[in-house]
Amino acid sequence: MAIREELRDYVLDNYLFTDDQSKLKDDDSFLETGILDSNGVMEVIFFLEDEYGVAVAQEEMVPENLDSISRIVSFVEAKNG
Amino acid sequence: MSTQDMNNPFKGALDFDKEKEVEKISNGIKAALRDRVKRRGLVVAVSGGIDSSVSLALSVEALGVNKVYALLLPERDSSGETGDRGLELVKHFGVEYEEKNIASTLEAIGCYSERDAAIKRVIPSYNDEWKSKIVITGGLDGQFNHFLLVAKAPDGTMHEESLRLKEYMQIVAATNFKQRIRKTLEYYHADRLNYAVVGTPNRLEYDQGFFVKNGDGSADIKPIAHLYKTQVYAMAEHLGLPESIRNAPPTTDTYSLSQSQEEFYFALPYQKMDVALWALNHGVKAEDLAVELGVTPEQAEYVYKDIEAKRKTTASLHLKPQLMEQVKEIQV
Repeated sequence: MAIREELRDYVLDNYLFTDDQSKLKDDDSFLETGILDSNGVMEVIFFLEDEYGVAVAQEEMVPENLDSISRIVSFVEAKNG
Repeated sequence: MSTQDMNNPFKGALDFDKEKEVEKISNGIKAALRDRVKRRGLVVAVSGGIDSSVSLALSVEALGVNKVYALLLPERDSSGETGDRGLELVKHFGVEYEEKNIASTLEAIGCYSERDAAIKRVIPSYNDEWKSKIVITGGLDGQFNHFLLVAKAPDGTMHEESLRLKEYMQIVAATNFKQRIRKTLEYYHADRLNYAVVGTPNRLEYDQGFFVKNGDGSADIKPIAHLYKTQVYAMAEHLGLPESIRNAPPTTDTYSLSQSQEEFYFALPYQKMDVALWALNHGVKAEDLAVELGVTPEQAEYVYKDIEAKRKTTASLHLKPQLMEQVKEIQV
């Protein structure tokens, strides 16, 4: 399964308790919509590290990289070159 | 409460009439106990820090020395200095008190072993002879807050490692036993004496969720939760607290390495955090805050965002247990 779908499933399952794909748009800001708080974002980082072996450096832990499904996918793809 | 200057919104922002405030809090404590809590005295756990000291002083002010019971509850990682200050305080007021070292209880419940197991996953050579603390980083640079483990080896070498979430959460969860065991003892004495328990957060801590749910966050009354930390210090002076307490730097006194509160939680020292929180609460623009704090406008914006993020992250700590249906007969 592609990272986008896995991430979507992870967030839907763990934070919204649903498999209804319409509940989460790829560009939804986690923080602004309240889907995740900063602890939730840290959990997503943990998920990325565990599932994809992506090491997120301190300076990369910014909303621009991590605050939506789209942003995370772009970030991971850029990291993996 | 404040005497502000129209040209400088910060001038006099945290000034207040201390005598009136003492009277207001004193009346508030009596009204709360009489009308709602229905208890005839107060239990205060004293750490030797400024907040619990001022809370004790206000409790004595409100009810008199004979209706206040103080607890000193050190453990393995408490610094001797804070304990000395706590003792000095209870003797200063002449309140009845008990000192009980909770280290053996914490040891039995796994506080130290669970914490150290997580630390060893980060630093394998870590053992009982090391000292450690957690340091927060990122918020002032626009990053998500994340955490570093700082540890000091017996030979004095310092180690600093990034903490993954799993280890961070285990260390914090284990450490939270300290606040929860203390609260258990506070309620034992409160039940025994028909007293209420005092929670001692200042406004910064209360607003930013700097407390442990069902630990130091649990209480029947919180007499200084509306006061900025700067104001708590002003109250300490007004109430004549010993100089050793008024001059001590704020510390968490929770980790074995000395740890300031801004290292662990707040982005800035309390004086600046107070100003930033006040400014956010009063709609002051980030660029004006920047001038006052001596930081860049971008950093001031990050401070605002950090305050708001912490409010959101910790909002659930303030929640009462959520019911699935209202029980209309029970109104509190």
